[in-house]
Amino acid sequence: MIFTQKEFYHIIRDRWTMMMLVALPVLMIILFGFGITTEIKNSQFAILDLSRDVATQGIVNRLEASDYFTLEGYVTNTSQIESVFREGKIGLLVIFGQDFYEQLVRTGEAQIQLIADGTDPNTASTLVSYATSIIRGYQQELTASDQQGVPYQILPEVKLLYNPTMEGAYNTVPGVIGMILILICAMMTSVSITKEKEMGTMEVILVSPMPPLLIILSKVIPYFTISIINLTTVLLLSVFALNVPIVGSLWLLVFISLVYIIVSLALGLLISSVVEKQLVALLISAMGLILPIVMLSGLMFPVENMPIALQVVAQFIPAKWYIVAVKNVMIKGLGFSSILKEFMVLSGMGLIILTISLKKFKIRLE
Amino acid sequence: MNPIIVSDVYKKYGKVQALEGVSFEVEKGEIFGIIGPDGAGKTTLFRILTTLLIPDSGEALIDGHHVVNHYKTIRNMVGYMPGRFSLYQDLSVEENLKVFATIFDTTIQENYHLIKDIYQQLEPFKTRRAGALSGGMKQKLALCCALIHKPAILFLDEPTTGVDPVSRKEFWEMLKKLRDQGITILVSTPYMDEASMCDRIALIQGGNFLKIETPTNIREQFKKILWSVQSSRMFPLLKDLRKYHIVKTSFAFGDTHHVTIDQSGEDYVSDQLTMDYLRRYLEDKGHTEIMIQPIKATIEDCFMELSH
Amino acid sequence: MSVIVAKNLTKRFGQFVAVDNISFEIEKGEIFGFLGANGAGKTTAMRMLCGLSLPSAGKGTVAGFDIEKQSEEVKAHIGYMSQKFAMYEDLKVWENLRLYAGIYGVPHKEIMPKIDQLLENLGFTSKKNTMVSALPLGWKQKLSFSAAIFHQPEIVFLDEPTGGVDPSTRRRFWELIYQAAEQGITVFVTTHYMDEAEYCNRVSIMVDGKIEVKSFYQAESMDQVFQKLARKAKRNSD
Repeated sequence: MIFTQKEFYHIIRDRWTMMMLVALPVLMIILFGFGITTEIKNSQFAILDLSRDVATQGIVNRLEASDYFTLEGYVTNTSQIESVFREGKIGLLVIFGQDFYEQLVRTGEAQIQLIADGTDPNTASTLVSYATSIIRGYQQELTASDQQGVPYQILPEVKLLYNPTMEGAYNTVPGVIGMILILICAMMTSVSITKEKEMGTMEVILVSPMPPLLIILSKVIPYFTISIINLTTVLLLSVFALNVPIVGSLWLLVFISLVYIIVSLALGLLISSVVEKQLVALLISAMGLILPIVMLSGLMFPVENMPIALQVVAQFIPAKWYIVAVKNVMIKGLGFSSILKEFMVLSGMGLIILTISLKKFKIRLE
Repeated sequence: MNPIIVSDVYKKYGKVQALEGVSFEVEKGEIFGIIGPDGAGKTTLFRILTTLLIPDSGEALIDGHHVVNHYKTIRNMVGYMPGRFSLYQDLSVEENLKVFATIFDTTIQENYHLIKDIYQQLEPFKTRRAGALSGGMKQKLALCCALIHKPAILFLDEPTTGVDPVSRKEFWEMLKKLRDQGITILVSTPYMDEASMCDRIALIQGGNFLKIETPTNIREQFKKILWSVQSSRMFPLLKDLRKYHIVKTSFAFGDTHHVTIDQSGEDYVSDQLTMDYLRRYLEDKGHTEIMIQPIKATIEDCFMELSH
Repeated sequence: MSVIVAKNLTKRFGQFVAVDNISFEIEKGEIFGFLGANGAGKTTAMRMLCGLSLPSAGKGTVAGFDIEKQSEEVKAHIGYMSQKFAMYEDLKVWENLRLYAGIYGVPHKEIMPKIDQLLENLGFTSKKNTMVSALPLGWKQKLSFSAAIFHQPEIVFLDEPTGGVDPSTRRRFWELIYQAAEQGITVFVTTHYMDEAEYCNRVSIMVDGKIEVKSFYQAESMDQVFQKLARKAKRNSD
């Protein structure tokens, strides 16, 4: 339909709009993702070995032999743990309990504790996963060498010091997606509608027999399309450039994103129905939407650590729910049941905002 | 029934009374001009008639349809060209026309005969973006866009503002052609000199209609004695004229001053004598090259007379 | 004495010749109408005379200063009023005037008495503390003209000054212009409205970057002259 096509022309012909729509998401992902170090080499680690037997020695040797780790030294008792980390020399501490080998042989199971420095959660999780895989390699070797073929199991117990919930860098990807989508949907929609009001073209359209719903739809479709393109770019970038994998179902991720896009578009419509000027629309979307998203959605600070009042405010921010859902699906790999609540909240918000903005859409100039 | 019937319409924005009880009727196939300065209430009136605003009180009917209750019917049958030419600056001439045709659920081909004369002038530039057109071309394109759905009534709010005189003249010629095809046209302008292009005009100021008449009649009905006065030094002349006791009003009108004479005073004897007195008075004041002659009132004279 | 002299002034933007070899002289105290349709080159020509834009070729002096080499002096000796930038809406009447006076370097001590004097002449004394946004259009116009000549420039440039005001307001505005001219200020008015032109002592008409007519205004309708000339115009865009 030509009316939608015209909207695309507006977008394509304005260099700045185009730049913003295409370059901004890429730029944001790269900027935010910069902190994500994907490969770690020769990271310092320490050992607290209360057993000092064959097995513990075997594991320590293996860790030391790998490219990833360099042994800093031994810790002799638990009271020292805090201080080694505080000195900041090591990123990982491996603790073997007493009688490690004996337990392993007797029960076929033994526990190993991995403590990582959570201030840089990204590095921490990388270190932990490297260590775990080395330990698993040793465990397989042990099982294979056993004549009776008893399966040995070494269970790593992971603990993060300073940042037990692992808030941080991995969050940037869901956070940036949440932000880009609201930026494009809400801001661009509201700006493009108010632009027509300012130019006076809205007057002519209103006087035409074109039904308001159609006006809205044709305004919204281009931005809907662009946000889907952006979603794709951002996901591709995060998977291939930043190595943040999509652990869960891609379709579930896309589905919840669509819900969120609709909420954002509805927000844009709402803004444009109350506001007359482009500049005001821009300010409202920037100050009223983007700032709270950055501050309150958990993108930068974990919601749990905020004062109660802010936590309450955060509940009303669509991006907060969306980011949680994306984390669950994309990072943790959970299924639909895990994001049911987020889905319900987002759909509810979308429905309410859409109803209000459709009601508020003026068929006249007052 | 007349295509536009307005009775006693009031409209207020906050504290500003934009329209104070306006009533008039426009006949079919007539160019009706609303003439008045900025802020007189012209745009408010247009927006009420095009269903974009709701009047505080009073009624308006477009082709028998109520502007508030039957706004949808009205939107199907009127063409509207708002004050600033409402075009998409970043779309080409052709694309603009297409968009507006689509909005009104028609195609360019369907009513091409209506816009043909106007559009042919634009055709060489049809791929140029509307933002890069001159004022006159924008105005023509906006008119095409307003005509594309073959409206029965055309509302043109200040279509000639900011457009050069040549384009303005051509524009009025186009309006006359459209009128001859039976389209009713309501048009507003701040330029008094365009009044003569209309079949009937309403002079508006401060939300009130001062008068509704044909342009000729308005000028005929100017009852005062009106002279144009010239001398070599125009500004002192204006001051001196105002000091002269039988001069009622004196205003600069381009290269001459227009002067009305107080006929009621005892110093008024007859036109010719009074004129001689005035000439002598001015000569005493040191003016040279004095020229005084009786003239017929222009619409501007009438407007100023009525608004006082 | 000629206060404005333009000799073969030309301005090119790339291939496009916006102002094509124009020459004219304007006498002190004259009201000079500079006419032309949209896109004829009026604004470009005026910008060169105001020292805002350098000519590509040709010479010009304004108030005795070279527009190319002494553009700062030129600016100090002219006043400028455009309809778009009239007054700061969120400042009071006297604050606006003080601002203009300050910009043009009127000595500090003289400012306030002069403002009072000016407001009295205009009959605005009661509005001294009114916000400009609360004034009617006609008053704003008068005020911004008064501000433009507050520092008693030799020349005042008016860019399309009186579009859209009611007839009586417009007349009162022109009376102010006449008054300024009487005091010896040269008035340079650009406009594309014919009725405006008729108030001027002398007019020039610009068509496609060239000046086609410069003559004392005569009885022939200005409108007709303009129509004739502009029909020849080839340039269409702004």
